[in-house]
Amino acid sequence: MRITCPHCGSRGLTEFSQQGDASPLRPDDGAGEAAWVDFVHFRDNPRGEHRELWQHVLGCRTWLVVTRDTATHAILRVEPAADVRGRPRGRT
Amino acid sequence: MSPDAFRLRTGGRIDRTSRLAFTFDGRRYKGLAGDTLASALLANGVKLFGRSFKHHRRRGIMGFGVEEPNALVTIGNGAAAEPNTRATMVELAEGLEATSQNRWPTLSLDLQAVNGLAGRFLGAGFYYKTFKWPPAAWTGLYEKVIRHAAGLGRASHAADPDRYDKSFAFCDVLVVGGGPAGLMAALVAGRAGARVTLADEMPALGGRLRHEDRRIDGRGAMLWLGEIERELAALANVTLLRRTTVFGAYDHGTFGAVEQLASDDGRLPRQRFWQISAGAAVLATGAIERSIAFAGNDLPGVMLASAAQGYLFEHAVVAGWRPVVFTTNSSGYATALDLVRAGIAVQAVIDNGPVVDSATARALHEAGVPLFRHAVVERAVGGRAVTGVVMRDELGGRRELECDQLLVSGGWNPTLHLAAHRGGRPRWDDQLATFLPPPADGELLPVGAAAGRFALEDCLADGAMAAVDLCRRLGHAARTPTLPGTDEAEPYRITPLFAVEGAGAKAFVDLQNDVTVADLRQAAAEGYRSIEHAKRYTTLGMATDQGKTANVTGLAILAEALARPVAEVGTTGFRPPYTPVAIGALAHHHRGPHFAPVRRTPLHAAQVVLGAVFFETGLWLRARYVPRPGEDMAAASRREVQAVRAGVGVVDVSPLGKIELAGSDARAFLERLYCNGMATLRPGRARYGLMLREDGMVLDDGTIWCFGSGHFMVTTTTANAAAVLSHMELHHQHFWPELDVQFASVSEQWAGLAVAGPRSREVLQRVVDEPALDDASFPFMAVAEGRIGGVVCRIARISFSGERAFEVFVPAGHAEALLDCLLEAGATDGITLYGLEAMGTMRIEKGHVAGAELDGRTTPRDLGLERMQIRKKPHIGAALRDRPGLTDPARPMLVGLVPVDRSERLRAGALLVPEGAEVVQANDLGRVTSIAWSPGLGHPIALGFLAHGTERLGQRVDAVFPLYRERVTVEVRQSCFVDPEGERLRG
Repeated sequence: MRITCPHCGSRGLTEFSQQGDASPLRPDDGAGEAAWVDFVHFRDNPRGEHRELWQHVLGCRTWLVVTRDTATHAILRVEPAADVRGRPRGRT
Repeated sequence: MSPDAFRLRTGGRIDRTSRLAFTFDGRRYKGLAGDTLASALLANGVKLFGRSFKHHRRRGIMGFGVEEPNALVTIGNGAAAEPNTRATMVELAEGLEATSQNRWPTLSLDLQAVNGLAGRFLGAGFYYKTFKWPPAAWTGLYEKVIRHAAGLGRASHAADPDRYDKSFAFCDVLVVGGGPAGLMAALVAGRAGARVTLADEMPALGGRLRHEDRRIDGRGAMLWLGEIERELAALANVTLLRRTTVFGAYDHGTFGAVEQLASDDGRLPRQRFWQISAGAAVLATGAIERSIAFAGNDLPGVMLASAAQGYLFEHAVVAGWRPVVFTTNSSGYATALDLVRAGIAVQAVIDNGPVVDSATARALHEAGVPLFRHAVVERAVGGRAVTGVVMRDELGGRRELECDQLLVSGGWNPTLHLAAHRGGRPRWDDQLATFLPPPADGELLPVGAAAGRFALEDCLADGAMAAVDLCRRLGHAARTPTLPGTDEAEPYRITPLFAVEGAGAKAFVDLQNDVTVADLRQAAAEGYRSIEHAKRYTTLGMATDQGKTANVTGLAILAEALARPVAEVGTTGFRPPYTPVAIGALAHHHRGPHFAPVRRTPLHAAQVVLGAVFFETGLWLRARYVPRPGEDMAAASRREVQAVRAGVGVVDVSPLGKIELAGSDARAFLERLYCNGMATLRPGRARYGLMLREDGMVLDDGTIWCFGSGHFMVTTTTANAAAVLSHMELHHQHFWPELDVQFASVSEQWAGLAVAGPRSREVLQRVVDEPALDDASFPFMAVAEGRIGGVVCRIARISFSGERAFEVFVPAGHAEALLDCLLEAGATDGITLYGLEAMGTMRIEKGHVAGAELDGRTTPRDLGLERMQIRKKPHIGAALRDRPGLTDPARPMLVGLVPVDRSERLRAGALLVPEGAEVVQANDLGRVTSIAWSPGLGHPIALGFLAHGTERLGQRVDAVFPLYRERVTVEVRQSCFVDPEGERLRG
């Protein structure tokens, strides 16, 4: 498996570490327990397009959102996680 | 028998002047340089190579290359013995020792061959049905008997003495297979300037071209081959890997390959594991001939027709002087003609198909070879080897023909394995009666025979066109070359035949696993409709050869038995590796001391000189204790603890994770990372900090050193240094990118010592120029950047031992000098270098939590640190830390434990149950996490987690360790055994 890091180019799997699903947004601090339980514990396991958090841990250390097809393993998109929303809109 | 009894006087690509001596089953033989073990033994007239897996039937050589199912031998002896090696793939070397397998006591007299007589009872699923009752007999009796009787070679059980290498390769175009298609692809791509890697599993390039009498551009094909090879070798952008098997295709153009390297003198590693990243790959792996199932088709002397050509052209070896050819397709005729031209008396060509007028057939007829059409071989006849065949014509008439070899061609199966490794399903082709690779997916282009295009001109054209296509896609201007001209050959035609009608119980499909036509039909009759199930039930294709000659035949027979089209039954999944790969090659350098990298602190060498004994903690090698002559670990660490408690000691704390943070939002960032407050942390002060995960469990602990309102350094535990940094990076980059904070690991930049004990301040002050370390200006939890002999240092008054103590960090290059200065300055105070054992003892005495307590299952409340948490502030873990399950008062919490009988030892990992209670889930009260023998108290102590811990103070519970049948009654104490008020710490 290879991932094209936006900073470093095409690199082998061993340079990266995987954190899991990138789709859940970190709830507002005041959000209820249900929202947090959902964020922390529940994940979809789709066949097809899936957004995942990867870190180029043995490279530039950038966290990436990798959009990957779980059926074909094709990588459709790689973006720095800093450019991808990690929280609901409009709050801090 | 003469070593050349079965070798022609001329021809072959062997060196007739170079004789090589070798042994097979202890008997001495001679071969020639250029032989394989298989060709050399055939030349010596050896027909029997092994006994079959289940029935112990006599087996000879079937194939020429990787497809060989029968001739598995063990090469070498002792630890280096390699079992299950195909004799066809072993290049002969002087002194080679080979041994046959699965026979007892000897190959020619195998007493277990009686299995063969009982064979009609050893059908599919035999073991499942027979060896069921009683259950105890399975491990005691059945398994032993079966393992002795069935099986292939045996592993040596000794460590592999060979060395293995690993390399990475990057190329634009990977060409798998160096036959005509692969060579054309490499040539066109190479000429266009693309980076090309061509891998072929054989010692010499050329593939099937080497085993047929063909002409290219009006000359012998070998001349053309030599020219191409020279041009490829001269291209700097082309890498040729011979003896290299590409065994797996993985995602995104990644391929695994193993190259055979072994040289006679042992200078080279045995194999090299290649990880190849390719822009695209050309699959030019050719095709493998298949056999036909008929009675006795496994007798020694029955061989694939193409193999006979291989031995003839490569080694000038013939396995028989009077062969019969049995074919379903046109290539059998070509084989027969090549043999006739070499002077071999081909007895007959038997073809199940109709009369087709072809140049080959005419030439054979003219040479006087009888051609039988609409006929089949019903049975091979012979005892120790083939002596004849029973032929049956279309009217059912039988006739026996004498022969000393039976060459079989059931048709050709494209070697499509790599194309299916990533999940693509092969497609059935009725015309060719075989499976073709799944459609090309852009990363892998099957060409030539691998794509079912068997004609030489198609192979050459396919290879060239694939290269042009890939090069253009990769941005290289490739020109379509003028294709070399080939001599005319008849087009491939086949009349499909997988099993001869009326084939008895002993018509074999999978020779390596002894699977017969009857087994497959029985599986179908018993309801196995899915090919994946039938495969596992019959073990079709599950031996070390993975059914290279068997699978397609087996599928076709099964489909017929199920009355379904083959296309619908489909194939089983193809998974790497294509051929067996030694685990040693995959592990390559990563074994023994190189299994994982070793991290040593900047103070390692100095501590070696001082006599420290080291041990592994994670990747780190750390000083465990520093014994004086005659001391064991217990004595040394007890002395070290006493030295710290009474005077002063130093310990290497360099492996602590250290992260430096700066920025106007650095404090706000820390507030969110830690569950305790950072708002009031002033410059010049440090604070203990507890990090949670989002689920409320403790992630890590450490100290936060404040150097300025926007400048901090935090320490992490050694074990979690990398995880904490990643955790901080994720939250900063993804969740809170608006925060103005920058941070970096400085773990390796700062090396450090903890200086601990009542005399620590005096000794440290002797070497520290600034700051002043007196209580007033540098109280407990003070930090400062200071100077030691002109070198910058960072000092904090922090204690892990419970004594007055300091952590001092200096740039890593000055660590040894710092240790020297401290040992010299403290000599008169008896300063003592101590190790992790003493440090651990002191932290347990003090009730400080460490890795054993911070195991990802504990909350601040469990650790007795609940009051540290700031209730109002948002931080990681705040939302979920107060869920009912985590605030349950019955949740085990941190306590101290002391054995009632002070002489009894405690064990970390012991379970806590009520006194005298049975060890069952219902009685579970918690667990022991850390144990030590306290020099101060003079008896064992422990930390653990106990339900209703605070309510049980002073009560007794049992610490049980069922594995060793141990039960120790312990008294529950506060977790802090020493100086609970912290007077020594602050004083």
